[in-house]
Amino acid sequence: MPDTHLPIIACHECDLLQREILLRKGDFATCSRCGSVLYRNLPESLDRTLAFSLAAAVMFLLANTFPIFGIELQGNRMAMNLVEAVHSVWNQEMKLIALLVLITTVLIPAFEIIMMIYLLMSLKFQRMPPGANLILRMLQSVKPWGMVEIFMLGVLVSLVKLSHDFIIIPGVAIWSFGLLTVLIAAVAASFNPRDIWINVERETGREVSG
Amino acid sequence: MSAVEVTAAELGLCSCHVCALVSRPVPGGGPSHCSRCGSTLHSRKPASVTRSWAFLIAAYILYIPANFMIMMSTGSLVSFRSDTILSGVVYLWVTGFWAIAIIVFIASIMIPILKLIAITLLLVSVQRNSTWRPEQRTKLYRLVELVGRWSMLDIFVVTLLAALVQMQSLAIVKAGPAAVAFGAVVVLTMLSALYFDPRLIWDPLHKERKL
Ligand SMILES: [Zn+2]
Repeated sequence: MPDTHLPIIACHECDLLQREILLRKGDFATCSRCGSVLYRNLPESLDRTLAFSLAAAVMFLLANTFPIFGIELQGNRMAMNLVEAVHSVWNQEMKLIALLVLITTVLIPAFEIIMMIYLLMSLKFQRMPPGANLILRMLQSVKPWGMVEIFMLGVLVSLVKLSHDFIIIPGVAIWSFGLLTVLIAAVAASFNPRDIWINVERETGREVSG
Repeated sequence: MSAVEVTAAELGLCSCHVCALVSRPVPGGGPSHCSRCGSTLHSRKPASVTRSWAFLIAAYILYIPANFMIMMSTGSLVSFRSDTILSGVVYLWVTGFWAIAIIVFIASIMIPILKLIAITLLLVSVQRNSTWRPEQRTKLYRLVELVGRWSMLDIFVVTLLAALVQMQSLAIVKAGPAAVAFGAVVVLTMLSALYFDPRLIWDPLHKERKL
């Protein structure tokens, strides 16, 4: 039943105006015309996202400290972590490639994890942190450029390719990257910015329905 | 289309792209800001079609060197070979790495081609005010956004191989000029898709009703 106390929203993919409906926990609402997901009702979204973000931070540090994997050929050994690999490609005069890899696999994931922890920690203590609006806006725009899961597939493809000519020594970071991939997906699946905007509404006491 | 279907734009309303609050922009033409989160309000992404085309055309141009120049050179004491994207996939296939060959084929050849075609189709249909299958076209846009990023796979593979193998005295892997061009194609098509506004697909339906 449409409830006239609930706000009107517009679909972000087809602009259709429709009235919100109340959702049970875990459900999501879709646009009645184009089927895009309008919003979700995620139980304990803030707490879960914070837990996943903290775990992701630990995994991120491990993944970037230890070697991903090493190769061995006739006694010659070579092992590298991600930043060393980027540095090596930079020195081979492939600077644009090195930058692209650094941004998509190190800088953006690090930014996302740090900002998420800052935001959710502050909300845990019942206040909107300074710059929250800007952070949410930036998190939304950098999202497509964080590519840890694609990098993980790249690691696996490289492993198979190299196993043809070299002896492979798996490093700690290969497992850390695997777990980081899962945790970043968990953060994305549990984070519900809508909860934060509802908090903002409550704090400023502004009327939702227009 | 039933008569109750009204878009925000038809009523002069604007939906905030960050916090989703629907509000009425301040009249007068100047930039309006969302009263809840402060983001600039746009009824549609500004200059969506022009920007999307600009990135797409740049991607088409770089697609040529990306496919005809050398992606990766590998050498050892017994052999040396230089591969384009396509010959690299073929080489993987004939040497028995079937699974990897299929993954790289999908990420480096199939996805980029389909993405270029899909965005072209979306842009042309929007410019011609097409009312043809808006739901299917919206799904196509969603698919492009979802899978487009996976083309970056080969860039990561080349980086890892070039970094690890360069120090070995007995073998070498070097990234070729196609790697930079291909990386640029992936970034440019992603930008093109990001600037495309799917709501433009649905707008002609409402223009038609008013006439
Ligand atoms: Zn819709």
